[in-house]
Amino acid sequence: MALPQSKVDETTARIEGLTLPDGAVWANAARTSALGRLQEMGLPGRRDEYWRFTRPEGLNAVEAAPAAILKSDEPPMFDGIDRLKIVFRDGEFDAEASDELALEGLEIERLVDATSTDIHWAKEIFGALEARGQTPVARPFAALNTAFASEGIVIRATKKVSKPISLIYLHESEVSDAMLHFVIRVETGADLTVLENGPAAARFNKCMEVEIADGGAFHHVRAQGRDHERQAVTHIFAKLGAESVFKSFTLTVNGRLTRNEAVIEMTGDDGVAHIAGAALGDGDFHHDDTVFVTHDALNGESRQVFKKVLRNGAVGAFQGKILVKEGAQKTDGYQISQSLLLDEDAQFLAKPELEIYADDVACSHGSTSGAIDDGALFYLRARGIPKGIAQDLLTLSFLAEAIDEIEDEAIAADILGRLEGWLSRRRDG
Amino acid sequence: MLNINNLHVKLEEEEKQILKGVNLDVPAGQVHAIMGPNGSGKSTLSYVLSGRDGYEVTDGSATLEGEDLLEMEPEERASAGLFLAFQYPVEIPGVGNMTFLRTATNAQRKARGEEELSAADFLKQIREKAKSLKIDADMLKRPVNVGFSGGEKKRNEILQMAMLEPKMCILDETDSGLDVDAMKLVAEGVNALRSEGRSFLVITHYQRLLDHIKPDVVHIMADGKIVKTGGPELALEVENNGYADLLSEVA
Ligand SMILES: Nc1ncnc2c1ncn2[C@@H]1O[C@H](COP(=O)(O)OP(=O)(O)OP(=O)(O)O)[C@@H](O)[C@H]1O
Ligand SMILES: [Mg+2]
Repeated sequence: MALPQSKVDETTARIEGLTLPDGAVWANAARTSALGRLQEMGLPGRRDEYWRFTRPEGLNAVEAAPAAILKSDEPPMFDGIDRLKIVFRDGEFDAEASDELALEGLEIERLVDATSTDIHWAKEIFGALEARGQTPVARPFAALNTAFASEGIVIRATKKVSKPISLIYLHESEVSDAMLHFVIRVETGADLTVLENGPAAARFNKCMEVEIADGGAFHHVRAQGRDHERQAVTHIFAKLGAESVFKSFTLTVNGRLTRNEAVIEMTGDDGVAHIAGAALGDGDFHHDDTVFVTHDALNGESRQVFKKVLRNGAVGAFQGKILVKEGAQKTDGYQISQSLLLDEDAQFLAKPELEIYADDVACSHGSTSGAIDDGALFYLRARGIPKGIAQDLLTLSFLAEAIDEIEDEAIAADILGRLEGWLSRRRDG
Repeated sequence: MLNINNLHVKLEEEEKQILKGVNLDVPAGQVHAIMGPNGSGKSTLSYVLSGRDGYEVTDGSATLEGEDLLEMEPEERASAGLFLAFQYPVEIPGVGNMTFLRTATNAQRKARGEEELSAADFLKQIREKAKSLKIDADMLKRPVNVGFSGGEKKRNEILQMAMLEPKMCILDETDSGLDVDAMKLVAEGVNALRSEGRSFLVITHYQRLLDHIKPDVVHIMADGKIVKTGGPELALEVENNGYADLLSEVA
């Protein structure tokens, strides 16, 4: 099918100023092939099935729109947690600010180094999971990322890693346009936690490919900063082996545009994949979760829990799919997407999808949109809790199911503190 | 303590008058009971006093220790010492009973300019009070009223009352849905709180509760008004003869 000329032109313009990084033969091949994919599918347009809720213009534009830098009065995210810190400033690796890239049970290095090495384990994953994730739904920004991102980290965990890898994304230039690419492999019996935090840049494109071998476990918690004007498009591609675990939670507060895509494929029996998100927006905020979970093995369990709190013109979108392939019997798939609209101006758009080709499965999905419950609010106030605090309590209770998906208590407490901070800064009375 | 004068209330959304001139004085230290047929306006009175939306006061006044209740926000009324044990306690998923009670206790203390209770003191108090109401630790941890049985919800209301130590307690059919033993527990809870500075307004359909919580005065409410006031014997009369005789008498 020929691409419309407008898409060809837009795509050509977008890549014109970019250069493919040069590295080892395998890496160059992967990048060239990603570029080919991108040119074939073109950048997204409003008429594309999965771009009806979200305008891609800001992401398609050749230049990133400037974004003001927020001066935070809060302590840094995950401050109290012992972790291996890796710092990027506007998408540039900062060796000085980062910890030494070494930890027992880990092979960890910069993407530039890995992609310059002729023989490297990352070869099997880099661009490969992204390419798999392009069907049946095109994800042009992920292909763009594979082709052009030179920075990032590759991580191979071979045992239970003693502390989380903490990726810290600082936003320091108002006009930065950053791309980062991560390749992660969790070997059999290994257990790895990756934390991400920060706005990263005025415009940020991130792609993370995660392969979890049989019996491996991967935990992921991220917070996308507090900057109001920044735009971000992120992808996680995860491929799960037998009896493996994938758990991911994302906190998004503020941000003019966020598109978080997750493509999760369960290829081994008895896998567990949970993906959750809490998004809070006030004003110029558009947040889109687009999730695709494929069950292609027996007895898999997947959960999607997405909650959005919206006010003052903020828009939330959710597109979530559970695909159960033929033969993926005993699949247990759950999906919930809910929004709490704090006023009449906020908007929530949802497209939940189930596609099932096996007969012995239990799948459920639900999507709701509503306001704070008057009866509950009165009950709290009648006990002496001021209106603003009562509203916040009910808002936190709305978010609780998503927060509960974070296994680590200290990390969950940190996230909860950020939510409370965001709410209290907006509390009326 | 509580003075209600010629209170007229209609629904905000419709032209429906529900309270049609309620007069009621509950002096400090006393227990008053209100009985009356279904739909006569008892719950409405309790909601209007505690500040629920949806009602419009068209005439009259209500004061607590001389302060105009009707001017205050619901939370201000609570901090001023008003407490309503709901006829239908509300379930609040996601908010732990403990968190709820501690937030409420400390919010009220703060509003009154008192020091907040430390976590340890709070825990100690709540454990003691919960124990005497046979509320177990598990119920304290669970989300507010979620999955509680009818009787558990009512006991939870009394626990909140015991924790918040209000001056004016309104109990709206706290006895309905309680088994005999639970009724005794609740009555004991209430009686333990009886004191010179604290008053109760007990809304009930049954004499039985009043055997345990002895009222000083009994009022009969019908069609939005207090139509008769008397001693505890009035409750017995209702129990034995129903409302028909009483109401034809005053009509
Ligand atoms: N929000 C409302 N909308 C419509 N009607 C209402 C509303 N609130 C109260 N009413 C009506 O007002 C009248 C009084 O109701 P209320 O609940 O106060 O009665 P009650 O005396 O407490 O009755 P019960 O003994 O059954 O609890 C009823 O006719 C009821 O239907
Ligand atoms: Mg009633």
